[in-house]
Amino acid sequence: MTATSAPTGLPFDETTPRKGALQTILSSDLPRSKVLSFILLAILLVLAATPFLFSGSQPISTAAKICVFIVLVASYDLLLGYSGIVSFAHTMFFGIGGYGVAIALERLGATWTSVGLGLAAALGSSAVLAVAIGLLSLRVRAIFFSMITLAVASAVAVLASQLSDITGGEDGLSFQLPHALRPAFRLLSEPFLGTVVNGRILAYYLLFFVALGTFLLLLRIVNSPFGRVLQAIRENEFRAEALGYRVVAYRTVASVISALAATVAGALMALWLRYNGPDTTLSFSIMIDILLMVVIGGMGTMYGAVIGATLFVLAQSYLQVLMEAGSTALSGIPVLPNLIHPDRWLLWLGALFIVSVYAFPGGIVGRLRQGRSSQA
Amino acid sequence: MREPLLQLEAVQTHIGPYHILHGVDFAVPAGSLTMLLGRNGAGKTTTLRTIMGLWQASSGCIRFDGRDITATATPDIARAGIAYVPESMAIFTDLTVRENIVLAARSGPVDSARLDWMLGLFPALKRFWNLPAGNLSGGQKQMLAIARAIAEPRRLLLVDEPTKGLAPVMVRSMIEAFKALKAAGETILLVEQNFYAASALGDDVLVMDDGRIVHSGAMSDLVADPNLQQRLLGLSLDAHQ
Repeated sequence: MTATSAPTGLPFDETTPRKGALQTILSSDLPRSKVLSFILLAILLVLAATPFLFSGSQPISTAAKICVFIVLVASYDLLLGYSGIVSFAHTMFFGIGGYGVAIALERLGATWTSVGLGLAAALGSSAVLAVAIGLLSLRVRAIFFSMITLAVASAVAVLASQLSDITGGEDGLSFQLPHALRPAFRLLSEPFLGTVVNGRILAYYLLFFVALGTFLLLLRIVNSPFGRVLQAIRENEFRAEALGYRVVAYRTVASVISALAATVAGALMALWLRYNGPDTTLSFSIMIDILLMVVIGGMGTMYGAVIGATLFVLAQSYLQVLMEAGSTALSGIPVLPNLIHPDRWLLWLGALFIVSVYAFPGGIVGRLRQGRSSQA
Repeated sequence: MREPLLQLEAVQTHIGPYHILHGVDFAVPAGSLTMLLGRNGAGKTTTLRTIMGLWQASSGCIRFDGRDITATATPDIARAGIAYVPESMAIFTDLTVRENIVLAARSGPVDSARLDWMLGLFPALKRFWNLPAGNLSGGQKQMLAIARAIAEPRRLLLVDEPTKGLAPVMVRSMIEAFKALKAAGETILLVEQNFYAASALGDDVLVMDDGRIVHSGAMSDLVADPNLQQRLLGLSLDAHQ
């Protein structure tokens, strides 16, 4: 190659990028909206301080569920939002994580070694299954891939229910946690900020930090050259192939990474509940919830997973309580108390979903970022 | 006689029930810019896509640097050194200009001298370096598509109608860019409908009709013979200047 024109002077420095600490942590993928930054920071701070901010078991359980679902939804966003792959097998990997830890703790005893072995076995099984599904079915058209994942997920759910000697069947498995994570364990002899720092709080922070680390890792992956190739494949796979990228291989690797993150989320869920069963991790309704959270938050943004999971889990946990209060307050008025009766919470959740999809077609994150660019 | 870098022998392509290419034969010499002309539906785009493996040849042989690539998968053809610029400004609109270029440089970071050369050919891209490529104008998108194809050294560029739908000023910029690529020794097979652009650039010319090559020779001969233009393409150069 010969330079045919005088040097033009580059408009950028490609060799020595200078990044701040925040840019490094967030892989240069900043929220790009003040409102979004504020909401994300608020969620992070509240989740980090939940055990010391609220009393009772429901707030901390809700916060733990939010942490788990942030990982689960972010890993699904890697598939759907960044790679354009519609899979219905995501809860299968979530379930494998849960069962891995549950079976190991129940069979091998309540030790950290059991947790490690159970998680390692679950991660290995998920990786093998994801590779098999990917290589066998990612060559076919998207709709067929989705159908295949649905079939495999249903088969695994039936298997988990039938192999009751190992999985506990429909009853699931209850198990003991390692000593340091049990409610009776005390890390500090005196309460800290008015809260007894017991094994339950340690378990919460284990969940919180693993979820935070996994989320940041996923953020790093989607902002890496590998993530850019996935986005290119999602936009036009033939163009990506014409650049020399093996589409099936990239999609399969994306499926494996997503499956591994979902497995970690499943293990965290089981550790928090000290129980795993078909309804808590393998249920198809969880798959629907994940889809809703991704869409509400904003596909292909990662931060959408945080917003979507937080809103959805909060609505699941507190919408009924709010409706109960509203229904009581409106007693005496015809029709209205019945309309917002707590038993109809799913109806209102559905209405909330329809309104949010209509109002924010790019999800909440998409809308907030759009608002910023239109202001600019 | 220059050595052919690319050679097609009796290549036939079917797309579903349609028989598009009916035995295409031609050679692209190394270091030349070969124009592939023909009316709409003659099979030009199908020829490029068949070379890239995006549609599989049903019979015949495609050789690249002596190696049979007829049944080779598209990513391997690209890795062998063939870059393809499809028509319709085929860029990745969700990615930034920078990411589009980086994505094309599969073997590693883009060499700064090459980047400087590339942005010298298409200076407009510098201004939008960190913006989503979807925000570019049609001409800028086409420039980006070509810049992506030359982001790292390639042995052959297949370019499909780079001036299609562009304003005259953009067409002139595009012609200058291809002249610079020629001067840099790139081997190019260029599909073009704009005969003015084709005549300004081509060393050799191939004319297709109904899935066959009906004429091959020097571009200068076709430019100098209005009767031949009329017979092959139904036009004369005068009408396009």
